[in-house]
Amino acid sequence: MNMWEYAPAPESRDIANLKPAYRPFIGGEFTDGSGEPLKTINPATEEVLAEVSTASASDVDKAVRAARRAYDKVWGKMPGAERAKYIFRIARLIQERARELAVLETLDNGKPIKESRDADVPTAAAHFFYHAGWADKLDYAGLGPHARPLGVAAQVIPWNFPLLMLAWKIAPALATGNTVVLKPAETTPLTALVFAEICRQAELPPGVVNILPGAGDIGAELVNHPDVDKIAFTGSTEVGKLIQRSVAGTHKRLTLELGGKAANVVFDDAPLDQAVDGIVNGIFYNQGHVCCAGSRLLAQESVVDELLEKLRYRVSTLRLGDPLDKNTDIGAINSAEQLAKIRELTESGESEGARRWTSPCPLPDRGFFFAPTVFSGVEQSMRIAREEIFGPVLSVLTFRTPDEAVAKANNTPYGLSAGVWTEKGSRILWMAGKLRAGVVWANTFNRFDPAAPFGGYRESGFGREGGRTGLEAYLDG
Amino acid sequence: MRTRLGGMATATLPAGLADAIRDDASLRRFLHGLPGVDQVGIEQRAASLGTRSIKKAAKLWAIDTAISMVDLTTLEGADTHGKVRALAAKARRPDPERPDTPPVAAVCVYPDLAATAVEALRGSGIGVASVATAFPSGRSGRDVKLADVALAVRSGASEVDMVIDRGAFLEGRYGQVFEEIQAVKAACGDAHLKVILETGELGTYDNVRRAAWLALLAGGDFVKTSTGKVSPAATLPGTHVLLQAVRDWYTATGELRGVKPAGGIRTTKDAIRYLVAVHEVAGPEWLTPGLFRFGASSLLNDLLLQRRTQLDGHYSGPDYVTQD
Amino acid sequence: MAEQRRARVPVAKTYKLYVGGQFPRSESGRSYPVSDAKGRFLANAAHASRKDVRDAVVAARKAFPGWAGATAYNRGQVLYRVAEMLEGRREQFAAEVAASEGISGGKAQSVVDTAVDRWVWYAGWTDKIATVLGAANPVAGPYFSFTVPEPTGVVGVLAPQRSSLLGLVSVLAPALASGCTAVVVSSAQRPLPAITLSEVLATSDVPAGVVNVLTGRADELGPWLASHGDVDALDPTGAGAEARTELAREAAGTVKRVLTVPAGEPDWTERPDIARLRRYLEPKTVWHPMGG
Repeated sequence: MNMWEYAPAPESRDIANLKPAYRPFIGGEFTDGSGEPLKTINPATEEVLAEVSTASASDVDKAVRAARRAYDKVWGKMPGAERAKYIFRIARLIQERARELAVLETLDNGKPIKESRDADVPTAAAHFFYHAGWADKLDYAGLGPHARPLGVAAQVIPWNFPLLMLAWKIAPALATGNTVVLKPAETTPLTALVFAEICRQAELPPGVVNILPGAGDIGAELVNHPDVDKIAFTGSTEVGKLIQRSVAGTHKRLTLELGGKAANVVFDDAPLDQAVDGIVNGIFYNQGHVCCAGSRLLAQESVVDELLEKLRYRVSTLRLGDPLDKNTDIGAINSAEQLAKIRELTESGESEGARRWTSPCPLPDRGFFFAPTVFSGVEQSMRIAREEIFGPVLSVLTFRTPDEAVAKANNTPYGLSAGVWTEKGSRILWMAGKLRAGVVWANTFNRFDPAAPFGGYRESGFGREGGRTGLEAYLDG
Repeated sequence: MRTRLGGMATATLPAGLADAIRDDASLRRFLHGLPGVDQVGIEQRAASLGTRSIKKAAKLWAIDTAISMVDLTTLEGADTHGKVRALAAKARRPDPERPDTPPVAAVCVYPDLAATAVEALRGSGIGVASVATAFPSGRSGRDVKLADVALAVRSGASEVDMVIDRGAFLEGRYGQVFEEIQAVKAACGDAHLKVILETGELGTYDNVRRAAWLALLAGGDFVKTSTGKVSPAATLPGTHVLLQAVRDWYTATGELRGVKPAGGIRTTKDAIRYLVAVHEVAGPEWLTPGLFRFGASSLLNDLLLQRRTQLDGHYSGPDYVTQD
Repeated sequence: MAEQRRARVPVAKTYKLYVGGQFPRSESGRSYPVSDAKGRFLANAAHASRKDVRDAVVAARKAFPGWAGATAYNRGQVLYRVAEMLEGRREQFAAEVAASEGISGGKAQSVVDTAVDRWVWYAGWTDKIATVLGAANPVAGPYFSFTVPEPTGVVGVLAPQRSSLLGLVSVLAPALASGCTAVVVSSAQRPLPAITLSEVLATSDVPAGVVNVLTGRADELGPWLASHGDVDALDPTGAGAEARTELAREAAGTVKRVLTVPAGEPDWTERPDIARLRRYLEPKTVWHPMGG
């Protein structure tokens, strides 16, 4: 057999313009935060990338005041057509700095460069382009001719898509005339702070966007600040519930985009090779750090063996390693903490009796990596079928009939996404109707677009991001 | 009416596949029972694999491998003995100044020129492939097609590139296509049979997959995308479908069969994308001229130029390789 | 006539709950006297308990797939039929509203008329709201992507305490029009119109379990609805201002949708918008590739 080893093809880390230190962005200025500084690391090497000055409670207050001032004095009353131009500028600048942002994202997050380059950053720019155009058309947002912004939006985002989640939050907020205080995730603050530079480059009025690096306690300070009008949170269901509790009885409007345990349902008449690609994309994209990941494969019993054989071969071709390498398919797990969680859950899968298959791909000596893993023989009652693993671990269950597929797919408190694979059109539409999930991908998976609303049912949260519907989260009708 | 499908020894096939070729109806059922191919999905996968970045030693290895997989082709009405001899010389020594350059796999010509090619390549180990069966349209009677094959074989061709009857295929007369391939295979004797599906005329990836399985069931050693006379010729996603078919065939039977994209592959960059697909869709076992070929003419010179660039560290120019 | 009626001993009424299409007594066996605005006894109403909430949620969940899965046209027909029946009981409703709310007969009549009209308004929305809130999403790729609003599920409705019919209709009809099923806690002091509405619903084409009406105290039953794992949304209108905060906290345990409602009871005669429909609908986005 011929062995063809692809030579390393790393993107240069110099492109990231990495600086030794980063600071919070408040009222249009980078200022020293009075919180405990944090060191952000490259999860692929465990090396410190930069020291990041973090916000304290008093910085939160400063940022909210700056946002309030900007809202009252400038942004809230600026004609939509003018706001639009700032947002368009931001979109353009993201495109111009795309390579820098992509490399920086990969360094800070651990995701493969091909994903940050081909998905995260271009889609982030697309979100600003899309929403920029809405800013002077809000009369058509479906809330009547008198739709008004809410005021100051507090936004807390996760570490899995740092820049993209920022775009999902900030673009609609700005387009609808709100001002923003955003807290990026503790482990991935860098692209958000480069985004702050972009806001300055775009000459966005000071205070319209404020970025506060910090840990969960700063997120809590932010959402509990009395002068915040709107909270948008993407993250775990556990923290989402805490936030929902904490805003109970206040005037604050809330949207939550939380966890998921999506079923990817494959019927025996599916386009099998594309289904395999879709399953792989569904669970191994971004190391499985995706809230809408297709983490439960529901395969029809009549096709499960053939499907698993194809799946294992396909997974074995996935290239795990240096996230900066352009040929890497699976990058690093974002943190030691997350890696430990994935390990703990996979161990529970084994001890509960599921059959484990792990790709034979070699693992780097350092950094946080986890080889793609497929559990077959999984039953609904096992933890790996119920809990969100948020890693490259797939649980395979089987079903016999469409009704059973629906029943198993819906048998979870979550309801973010679902996949269906069959070439029978009628069944697709039937399944799409029955699946209790905010997004249903049929014969595809993990598609995102600023024009398509995204968000969950049940404990996956409420409110939508994207499309006309997404504007509702930031407007008062 | 149940028509028994002719001749082939089915004893070696696993039960499911032997059953598939029992008669016309079962062949049809089998082909229509193959999993569908989603166009958007396969094109996306092909595009995504197409972003692999192959550098340095991996690139040089790919270039040499690609050269060794070229079926250097001339299929023009204006082909002459002289043209074929020139091509044969090129095949033996693609880059005369770089004797370490590997020879190509075969030279591919029309059957009336096969003897010339055989003569010019004697002792080189390079194959002679001859198209046959009323190439490129395949529109003639079975006897004429088989006579065409006989001419090629008689002239010493070691490989025969036949075309399937696309008309019959599109009419759903799969049994007829199957039997024709079998008949040609029988006429080939020891020569290897490549079955040209002309994917550009089949219209859908589903049809491409069915045609590929039909050719494999009928005994084709290779499935080949195109004649080069129809646009589109070879495409990356279409080749993915063929690679998937030979992999699935291998899973089902343990037999390795080959794939040959032909037409429209002109640059090293294209060729490397195809090799990546071979590597990751079918598997590393297929990275050999025995199981993968490029049907091409101008591709070879680009491979040679890129080879020089890799070895010399600077760009070369079109006049540093031979125009044949 | 009047002389004769006075001479007759009236049949005293003890009303029951409306759960799963049946009229059971409260599981607790409790009932309470209902008086008119001047304190005169009107009837006994069942005093629903935690377990009645439990049973009602089971009934509502069981009814949900059928109601949500019915065609929008059919839901509209069924709801319009309810309006016809309300119209038929116009006099009875007017009398109960007048007695419960202490308003004149003429005013009560007008309130009932508005309530019937409101029901008709919502009935007409069933097969239009998806057009207004749904979308074909122009995504950048070879996909057909569309978004349709789907009913949230089982809704817990704490009906207004003051507006016994118009308020009730204004909070219940949008839940039904959206395709949700409901567990309603009626006004505690003014439950008679809700009870009569139950009787209307029971004899209408509304499937059993789609609406379940509990008479009792919102402050007692609300927390059970708010924390219930099988209730998807909560309208806290009938709860007191302070209780609402606690309900919202309880609701967070299951990430329930909690309606934002005005602090005091609004003027229900004002024309509604589609805000309430919107809150009982979950936009679902579906993607499919487009290839030959």
